[in-house]
Amino acid sequence: MSNIDQSIVVLEAKGITKRFPGVLANDKVDLKLHKGEVLALLGENGAGKSTLMNMLYGLYHPDEGEIWIKGEHIALKNPRDAIDRGVGMVHQHFQLVPVMTVAENVMLGSEITSRGGILARRKAENRVNELSQQYGLEVDPTAIVEDLPVGTQQRVEIIKALYRNADILILDEPTAVLTPQEANELFRIMRDLTAQGVSIIFITHKLKEVLAVADRIGVLRGGRMVGTAEPQTSTEASLAELMVGRSVILTVDKKKAQPAELVLKVENLYVKDDRQHMTVKGVDLKVHAGEIVGIAGVQGNGQRELVEALTGLRAVEDGRITIADVDSTHYTPRQNTELGVAHIPEDREKHGLVMAYTLSDNMVLNNYYLKPYASGIFMNKEAIVENGTQLVKEFDVRPPNPLTTAGKLSGGNKQKVIVAREFSRPTKLLIAAQPTRGIDVGSIEFIHNQIVAQRDRGAAVLVVSAELDEVLGLADQVAVMFDGRIVKILPVAEATRERVGLLMAGSEA
Amino acid sequence: MATEESTETTGGRTAILPRIWKAGSVPLFSVFLAAFIGAMLLWLSGSNPFTAYWSLLQGALGSPEAIGRTLEKATPLVFSGLAVAFAFKAGLFNIGGQGQLLIGGIVAAYLGFAVDGLPFLIHMPLALLGGSLAGALWAAIAGALKTYTGAHEVITTIMLNYIAINLTDFLANGPWKDTGIIARTPKILDTAVIPTWGFIPLGFVVAVLMAILTYYLLFKTTWGYAIRTTGLNAEAAKYAGIKVGRIIILTMAFSGFLAGMGGAVESLGVIGRYQPGFNVGLGFDGITIALLAKTNPLGVIPAAILLGAMDAGGSQMQFDAGVRFQIIDVIKALILFFVSADIIVRKILGSRAVDEDKVTLSTGWGG
Repeated sequence: MSNIDQSIVVLEAKGITKRFPGVLANDKVDLKLHKGEVLALLGENGAGKSTLMNMLYGLYHPDEGEIWIKGEHIALKNPRDAIDRGVGMVHQHFQLVPVMTVAENVMLGSEITSRGGILARRKAENRVNELSQQYGLEVDPTAIVEDLPVGTQQRVEIIKALYRNADILILDEPTAVLTPQEANELFRIMRDLTAQGVSIIFITHKLKEVLAVADRIGVLRGGRMVGTAEPQTSTEASLAELMVGRSVILTVDKKKAQPAELVLKVENLYVKDDRQHMTVKGVDLKVHAGEIVGIAGVQGNGQRELVEALTGLRAVEDGRITIADVDSTHYTPRQNTELGVAHIPEDREKHGLVMAYTLSDNMVLNNYYLKPYASGIFMNKEAIVENGTQLVKEFDVRPPNPLTTAGKLSGGNKQKVIVAREFSRPTKLLIAAQPTRGIDVGSIEFIHNQIVAQRDRGAAVLVVSAELDEVLGLADQVAVMFDGRIVKILPVAEATRERVGLLMAGSEA
Repeated sequence: MATEESTETTGGRTAILPRIWKAGSVPLFSVFLAAFIGAMLLWLSGSNPFTAYWSLLQGALGSPEAIGRTLEKATPLVFSGLAVAFAFKAGLFNIGGQGQLLIGGIVAAYLGFAVDGLPFLIHMPLALLGGSLAGALWAAIAGALKTYTGAHEVITTIMLNYIAINLTDFLANGPWKDTGIIARTPKILDTAVIPTWGFIPLGFVVAVLMAILTYYLLFKTTWGYAIRTTGLNAEAAKYAGIKVGRIIILTMAFSGFLAGMGGAVESLGVIGRYQPGFNVGLGFDGITIALLAKTNPLGVIPAAILLGAMDAGGSQMQFDAGVRFQIIDVIKALILFFVSADIIVRKILGSRAVDEDKVTLSTGWGG
């Protein structure tokens, strides 16, 4: 594109190697970023993208290799060094103080003060206004951050970097929390930025986005830069193959659903969130045996609270839940489990696993007290390890050692442990929240096939995902959730990306 | 922190010696480091550290009587160490061992002097269990406050300590006061006394048995699994259907049971009554011991013997080498310092801190 100046390399990594105990995270990685360019960095989880970016941002130090910024070879000691040289990073999880205003957040850490150390709030607000006009980043500097939609919070993060005079931006999975429309808006902003000379490294695993916005693509696999590609000459399939090292089926391969009896019935459900705001506001939903209902929606529209209410983790304020003809409205998690509900939780590290436990101990997390894992109050070690050994093999968990602690696994393998545990019980209803968030393509394929297999075995399946493609790929019925309600239920054949995207944003289609 | 433990639950196939070394190197080195700094302090204050430590050793282990004294001193420390270590496993920091120990001590003494006409085989266990249960109830208050109101156990157990100190003072100086001028309960009846076998106090045997029982409870039973899951990841425990609130109350109760038993053993086996001021610091030493043992119930035994030996040998050291007893407290404090700030020791030893090895002192406020 026209705004790229090929003659100026603003950031260069030469032969970067980084070892962690037992892992070669980066192996002689070379990377070049030109002025005004969007470089997309693709790779599965555990491919070394974050490690590499953390080194460019001064959080880690390379064991070998050199980092050059704007023609200067430097050893970054900490992020301060990187910021001083114009590198800014927008993390996947925003580093904002929710109760402070936009301007306060932006100046946090490099505050402008007038004489006597008093905060010059007005000056900061003016500077935020300047930046937002210059780069088309619309935001009100006096707004409180927690009141802003996620897409706007992300803009605040970008402004924060620009405020520190960043002209090299690292965006770590920036679209994970956005609607398709918000993502398009972000891409527009990225183009505005590059047109004014900012260079961007864009980390993602969404192939569509890479093709839409990148000028050049670098692919990391197993810590090595396995190839670069041009978006003009690439397809999703070719990129996926480069990423995984083999050809991958991107669509979920499944037969037509054979819906049978009603398993989950939700009537007029009301649930509050942690801050005691009513977040689920009258949800009605039905899931039959042998079908997958997918809930599409931007994160934060009540999906989490809905799932937690269905699984007994959160109190129901009003309404009724019926699972397999049993009124389970006020059931505990254990009662639900015993009823035949399997639950893949949204946050696998927080809810799904005990990191310090071995895989076998994690595999019995919700039935440890039952035979054969326990007799009376005594745990049966042999049975637990045997179960672990078998599940680890069956679900292809790597490393295949049931005595490894869960914390040592990659994201995809952690998720496989949860899936193995939840799918190894007889299941009437499967509730899968963000089942493949942040995991590698190979594991996604595996887990999707397992979910479809559960459906074909006669389970009712409810999938909640922020990835629209995942919902559209898995579901037989698509339910769109917005502002605590199911605003529309569509057969998947009628659910186009555009239509669902608009529904997700709250406009009736 | 539970790497070793969880392998114990499920496999235990790693060789035992490297495991002990892995678990024990940091605490051992912390002790040496503390002793070394203690020696420098002794030297700076004009004493000969070698003479001082030698008489400490003599006083602690030099004769059967000395060993008996060490074990006697170690006995309540095993209990208070177990109390803290056990609560840690559920992610709770029980600072109230002192108060639970006092309550256990005075209730055991009361049952010891007030209940008459029972044979030894009934009276002694009755007084012992009565004291332990009183400690359990005392600690369960903090557990219930946490479960039902979210009040942090560090705060509530500290407050309960003050209440326990004043309550026991009042009882020993009021309704349960002995005749005479000293504020203390009457002497317990002979049928309630915990005897000594040769130079080994029977109380110490009970302490060791309780340590083994605690270990089994934690690592071999479903209750232990639920407790450890709660401690390592309370959110995952809820998800798994474990009733976290109930676990917190029960864990605090059993923790208080152990501390209360420590006080009871002290009343029934050592002092022969309850007397204010005789149990000072025993509950707080439990924190040092639990950390030194890396919260492993079996590790509590050697850790308690170490601190018990320091207490037992301390008076001999004071007598022979003319060193003030307070140096012992300084060394204890240094041990606590080094085991809790183990990153310092790891730096010196050149070993890396592994996440799962860390003992989390306390969850966040309200957590």
